[in-house]
Parts: sequence; C-alpha cells; structure tokens
Amino acid sequence: MIRTNLKPAVISAVVVVVLSGLLMGVRLNQDGTNLTLVGAGPDVYWKIAIAAAFIFFYNLFRDHLAALWKAMPGMPKTPVQLIEASKKPILRRLFWCFLIALAILWPFISNRGGTDLATLVLIYVMLGLGLNIVVGLAGLLDLGYVGFYAVGAYGYALLAMYFDVGFWTGLISAGCLAALFGFLLGFPVLRLRGDYLAIVTLGFGEIIRILLNNMTWLTNGPNGIGGIPKPTLFGLEFSRKASEGMQTFHEFVGIDYSSEHRVMFLYLLALLLVLITLFVINRLLRMPIGRAWEALREDEIACRALGINPTSVKLGAFTIGASFAGFAGCFFAARQGFISPESFTFIESAIILAIVVLGGMGSQIGIILAAIIMTILPELAREFNEYRMLLFGLMMVLMMIWRPQGLLPMNRPHLELRT
Amino acid sequence: MPESLYYFLQQLLNGLTVGSTYALIAIGYTMVYGIIGMINFAHGEIYMIGSYIAFIVIAALAMFGIESVPLLIFAAFAISMLVTSAYGYSIERVAYRPLRGGNRLIPLISAIGMSIFLQNLVRIAQGSRDIAMPTLVTGGIDIGPQDAFHASLSYMQMIIFAVTLISMVLLTLFISRSRMGRACRACAEDLKMTNLLGINTNGIIALTFVIGAALAAIAGVLLGMYYGVINPYIGFMAGLKAFTAAVLGGIGSIPGAVLGGLLLGVTEAITAGYFSTEYKDVVSFGLLILILLFRPSGILGRPEVEKV
Amino acid sequence: MSRPLLEVSGLTMRFGGLLAVDGVQLSVQPGQIVSMIGPNGAGKTTVFNCLTGFYKPSGGKIIFDGREIQGLPGFKVARRGMIRTFQHVRLFSEMTVVENLLVAQHQHMNTSMLAGLFKTPGYRRSEREAMERAAYWLKRTNLHEFANRPANTMSYGQQRRLEIARCMVTQPKLLMLDEPAAGLNPRETDDLKALIAELRDNHELTVLLIEHDMKLVMSISDQIVVINQGRPLAAGTPDQIKQNPDVIKAYLGET
Repeated sequence: MIRTNLKPAVISAVVVVVLSGLLMGVRLNQDGTNLTLVGAGPDVYWKIAIAAAFIFFYNLFRDHLAALWKAMPGMPKTPVQLIEASKKPILRRLFWCFLIALAILWPFISNRGGTDLATLVLIYVMLGLGLNIVVGLAGLLDLGYVGFYAVGAYGYALLAMYFDVGFWTGLISAGCLAALFGFLLGFPVLRLRGDYLAIVTLGFGEIIRILLNNMTWLTNGPNGIGGIPKPTLFGLEFSRKASEGMQTFHEFVGIDYSSEHRVMFLYLLALLLVLITLFVINRLLRMPIGRAWEALREDEIACRALGINPTSVKLGAFTIGASFAGFAGCFFAARQGFISPESFTFIESAIILAIVVLGGMGSQIGIILAAIIMTILPELAREFNEYRMLLFGLMMVLMMIWRPQGLLPMNRPHLELRT
Repeated sequence: MPESLYYFLQQLLNGLTVGSTYALIAIGYTMVYGIIGMINFAHGEIYMIGSYIAFIVIAALAMFGIESVPLLIFAAFAISMLVTSAYGYSIERVAYRPLRGGNRLIPLISAIGMSIFLQNLVRIAQGSRDIAMPTLVTGGIDIGPQDAFHASLSYMQMIIFAVTLISMVLLTLFISRSRMGRACRACAEDLKMTNLLGINTNGIIALTFVIGAALAAIAGVLLGMYYGVINPYIGFMAGLKAFTAAVLGGIGSIPGAVLGGLLLGVTEAITAGYFSTEYKDVVSFGLLILILLFRPSGILGRPEVEKV
Repeated sequence: MSRPLLEVSGLTMRFGGLLAVDGVQLSVQPGQIVSMIGPNGAGKTTVFNCLTGFYKPSGGKIIFDGREIQGLPGFKVARRGMIRTFQHVRLFSEMTVVENLLVAQHQHMNTSMLAGLFKTPGYRRSEREAMERAAYWLKRTNLHEFANRPANTMSYGQQRRLEIARCMVTQPKLLMLDEPAAGLNPRETDDLKALIAELRDNHELTVLLIEHDMKLVMSISDQIVVINQGRPLAAGTPDQIKQNPDVIKAYLGET
C-alpha cells in the first residue's frame, strides 16, 4: 500500500517545492532602479520543508488516514445545532427569544468599545443575511455584493449632501436605489448561466468603485464624503448641542449628555434592522417565492415546465438581496459619518461571501455566528490581520471540500399538510 | 498621411499588443470551460504569479552577472511556465477535482477562495508594493515622418506579437495533430463517453489546466516586461478582462478567445486614446454586458442546446 | 368535429446538419387521448420539446387553444395550459411531496411581496386554496399519506404518480406525458392507465402521450400518430394503426 503511494507522494512533495520555492523562498527587492533578490530567511525555508514533508507523508499514508477518518465517530453536535434540529418549535422559539434578549441587553452590560464592535458585527450580519438570500436561497453566486453596499452608502451620503435628506428617508431611498441597481444588473445576466453571473457581478463591484473614484464632481473621488448626518430618533439628535430647529435626546429626556447614548442608540438601531431582516427572510422562506427559489436550485427545467419564469424568480432574489445591502450601506454611512471608495473593495465582498460560506448557505443562525467570528477574530489578534485574507481564502476552499453545507447547515421550515 | 491617422495607428498597435496577451490568458478560460463547463476563477492569479516568477528569474540571473537579454528572456519563459504549470495542476487537484459533479456553486466558491489565497500568498511573500524592472528590450521602428508626429512599433511589441503567434500555432498543432490533443477535443465533445472509451479524462482535464496556466505565464512574462511594473493585484483585473475576451469571442472556442482578446485590447486602447484612461475598464465591462444581452454565445461560439 | 385544442403542421427541427423532426402533423381534439409512437430515436421527445418551448422549432406552426405558440419560451407555453412530464423523473427531490405541489401552483398564487410579508387576507386565501388543491390531488393519486415526506423517499411508481399530480394542480388543458409507464410493473401500469382514462373522462382533460407499452397505447388511445425517423408515418385509430402495413413494417414487425 505504502509502496504504491510512494511515487505520488514524492511527486506531490516536489510539486510543493516547485510551487513555493521561487515564489516564497526569495524576495524581490527594489534597489533604486535595480531589482535584486534577498533570501526570505530560514523560517520560510523551514515552513516550505514542513509543508513538503506534510504533503509527502499525507500522500504516503492517505489510505490509512482515510480508514482512520471513517473509523472516527461523527462530529459531536453543538448545542446550537441540537436546538435548531430539535423537532420542537417551542424550544427553537425560546432559544431565539434568549438570543434577542441578550442582544438587546448587550449595550447595557458591555462597555463602549464592546457596543461599538457589536454594531460592526450587526452590519456584517445584515450583509451576510442579505447575500445569503442570493447565494444560499436562490443559489446565485454574487461576487459584487459590495457594489450594492456602496450604492446604498453613497446614495444616502449624496442625498444628504445635496438635498438635506434625513436618515430615515435616506434609509428607504438607499434600499430602493440599491434594489434598482440590482434589478438593472440582474435583468440581462440572470437569463444566463450561473458562472456568468459570478463574473459580471465581480466586474460590477469593481466598476462601481472605479466610478466612485473618478466621478470627482459628484462623489469627491478618493477623498470621500464627510459630515454625513447621524441617525435621529423621532427627530431627536444624539449630540451635545442641537442643530437649528432640532432637539437633542438628552434634553428631551432630561438627563445629562453622554456620548455613550449615541453608541447605544446606533447599536439598537442596527439590531432593529437585523431583526427586520431576519423577519423578512423567514417570511420569504414560507412564501411562494421562497419555495420557488428552492425548486429552481433543484431543477430549473422542471420549474419551466410548470410555468415558473426562472428569470423573474431569480431577479426577485437578486433585487431583495441588493436592497438589504443598500440598507446596510446607508446605516454604515450614517454611523461612520464619512465614506470613501476605499471601504468598498472586492475584499469586502469576499469577506461577506466567506461569512455566508462559513455559516452554512441558507442558515440564519450560522451566518450570525460566522459574522461574529469573522469580525471579532481580527480585533482580538492584530497580527492575524496580515494573514486574514489568506486564511479566508484557504477556509473557503477547505469548507467547500469538507463541509460545503457550512458549520451550521440550513434547516428549512417545511410547510406541512395537516390531515 | 495626416497626424490623426498616425495617432489612430499607434492606438491600434498598442491595443493589439495588450489584446494578444488577453488572448493568451483567455485561451486558458476557454479550454477549461470547453471541457468541464466551469470557469477557472483562479486563472488571473496564475498570470500574476507568472509575472512574479519572471521578475525573480531575471533578477537572479542578473545578480549572477548574466547579461545576455535573449538568454534572460528565454529563462524567464521556461521557468515561469514550469512553475505556473505546477500551479495550474495543483488548482485542478485541490479546488476542482474533489468537487466535480456536485452542485455547480461549490467549485466556483472554492476557486474564488483559491484566487484570494494565491493573491495573498504572493502579497505576504513578496510585499504589496509595486515592483519595477529596468527595461530589457529598448528601441523600435518608427512609422511615418521622422520630423512630425508618427507612430512607433517597439521591439518589445514585436516580441509580444511574435511570441503570441508562435504559441497559437503550437497550440493549434497540438490540439489538431497530437493524440493528446485529439483526446482533449473528445473530452470537450462528451466527457463521460470519452471516459468510457478508456481515456484518462482526469489526466486530460489536468492537462487543460496546465496548458492554460502555461499560456497565462507567457502572457505574464510578456506583459510584465512590457509594462515593467507588477504587484500582487494585477491578476484580478487581467482575469476579468481575459474572461470578457473569452465571452466576447464565444466561450469554448479557441479562435474565438484570440479574436475576443484582440478586439477587447483594441477597444480599450481606443477608449484610452480618445476618451479617458480611467474609463477603459468601464467600457470593457459595458461591452461584456452588451454581448451577454444580445449574443450570449459570443462571436464564434455555438449556441448551447440544452439537454432536456 | 370541434376546433382542435392542439394543431401542429409542418413541424421541423434541425440540429446543425441533422433533421431530427421533419414535417410532423398533429391534431388533438379536446377530451381525447392521443399517443405518439415510433421506434427509439424517431424524434418523439424532440417533438415534445418543440411543442413545450424547450426547443425553438426550425419551422412549422403550432396552434394551441386558438393561438400560435411556436417560439414562445417554455414557461409561457406552460402558463397557457400545456403541461408536460419528462422521460426521467424530475421532482424537487429535497422538498416534501406537498411542497412539490405548492411550487407547481406558483403561477396561480398571490406572489405579491407585500401581501406575503403582511399575510393579507387575500394571500392567506390563496395559500389555503393551493393547499386544498394539493390535498385533493394527493387523495386522487393515492399519495395522501406521504404528503409531508421528502419526495425522494418514495418508490419509483409513487414518484411517477406524484409527477402527474404535480401537473394536475396547475390545472392544465393539455397534459403531455413522456413515457409515463417506463419502469413501472404491470400493476402500476394498470393503475396509471385507469388514472389517465379517468382524468379524460371526469376532468375533461386532453392527453398527449409518448409510450412504448403497446398494450397501454392500444387500449387507451383515441388517436395514434406514428413517427419514424422524424417523419410522420401514419395516423388513425388504434385499429387502423394495427392494420397499417407501413407501421407493421417499420415498427411493430420488428418486435
């Protein structure tokens, strides 16, 4: 067994050395106009050697490993999974109530930094849930999701800058604008095969960024837009001094001003948006269009034979997904107070996709969990930031090979016929 | 001849230069697509890696005091193609082969992951800054009057045309004459049937990835020397452009990829020359949408007949 | 004779150099069961694909329910009331049986986004009606007890029946079955025959059938069309077809 594996094992070890030797073993060094090489250092050589040895032994003993793998009992179920999988809807409901209660209480038990970070998590949860409609439910790979996020953010910022539009009007407009972009982009492309959609959306995201960078007369180019108005609560502002004709929150309630109020308000607002998103998605799943999405994922030809128009059903998913990105973008712009094209690169799209993939395509709770992991990890370990995208990429490949359904796969609600 | 005509000729030449490298990359997309019906998303990164290897080889040889330009270029081509072939093979083994036959979304996502991984691997290993190389091939010939505005064709551009042409001829000979080429065509026709006939289809699929990668490396070496500047992010846009070229010409068709690449290169050069450089990406992307709208099978592609 | 529900003339389908269907004529009266027979590879399924809009025919005219439909996309043809099955079972296998029937009613349902989000009375009514229709057809096809099971857990014969139920909830005018008896045992075939006949008699349904089971075809059909090598060979009642020398030579004689 080992002897037959020896040749492939040696070959793959050599391949690893070929792959990494030149590219990682030496480093290009710009020396004036001259280009020189420096060695990458012994630690890199060790890493290459270890990688080659690992691949060598892995391939040598692959049959043994496969047998071992089979003999191992399945992964223990996590508590969350148990509750999701449990047949009792009451337990599931209780679990969600507990989760929501914890989320509402969070700003009161955590400090300012914790609340701020949680707000960021919530933005990614919203983006993840929105992209999940497109990727997880409708099965369409959208690689330019950040484009719609940018449309929402810039939509609100520009409306506020040129027309003095407030946050709430801006929120609705940003959602509608992003949905319109989604519709216009999806219309020509959704008739075609899935891979085209992936590349076209990838291009779309890039083009939006290039346009934002170059249409300086409108968007201020790379300098971005600042002074975007913060959200208000029924017309009450969260600042020390009210602007003209407005009232502040602390004056209205009659408490001392604290800048923490605004952080908490922003957090609760984000939470509200996430809850609305969750509600809408759960409804969609039980609606005809939700069923049509799943049917379309399974067999598009059968759908057409039954009179379902695949393009319009997909367009529905694409447009709804885009509108959620628009909402998230508007909230992001209002929270930051400043946006520039820098925030809307492909990396952002990739992170959102990684959240959906890690969480399990189609799974709500999985996406929340993945968004928390993806946002908090880089904060915890700064040096991790350097390797973040590398690991995201690797994770996407490995997840697709070993667990394409994600950490917490979807548990779709089934409509039952009561007899 | 009036000045404007020379200006136009110059744009045309520049466009054909870039376009022929797009064509080289586009062939990789088209060949893989023709056989397994999937897009190799990591293909753009292969091109980028090809450029890096070329720079490393040239810098290394220069440090050893070798100054013969043809030797430098030849070594760059050879080693770059060898290494990227290994990358093409590994991508197929890791991100495509284990996932074949399942949900189509899954290999797409794993290839995206692969692309992100490779881009960041190079960024970490080589730094994210631009790396510039002194020009190896200088000079060229002038077309038109010496004293007034004229078009010029540099020797580097000539090399690009020549290398592209030679690669295309060799590829065409390989596909149409050799046994392996015949197996490739059989796989494109009907993968399952070819497998049943006792041909190692896994090997053929891997071979397609390798050929595609080697061609992308040629493009990477050529364009790296032409522009003289590289960074880890160049693969992203190049991949997007080459894909556009492949779709424009009709994905699955090799002559189509060449035609699409040249057309796209010229379109971009004309846009950049007459309107604005910033918007050339926007124009090529708009072109992609227009083709998909009006002729999704491309210029030379056959319309797909769905198997019901 | 009344106006035919489906009238096909000169239907031609060319794939590159291959003429798969060449000048097929077909006339289906409402309330009839018409069968299309012919040797393997004669082009029967291609005719189906042309009729239902999965292929764009290269030539010819298809008049369905008084309107020309050639060249329409498949889902539009289906919405006009021409519903088909496929040679292979094409259920939504991960979905439950009843969900399969709900998806099929998509075009008849209230799919407005807002109505669904706020569960308006109109939306609830449309959901309830869809559920009732699904329950009705599950009872009729004897699948009621499996309603909440995933479709892929059922036996092959049951899956075949579910496909017919799924067609019926769309309230078709013309039901087109592509080899519905293939792979069924004799008892299941008898059940199928009874079901098809019953659909015609009690639901005024018109049926167009592709089938190789001659016993089934001969006993159930009002009209039979024979196709050979893409060309129409003969048409008539089962008795006429049985005695047609061309047909015997080309088809029946071989078996």
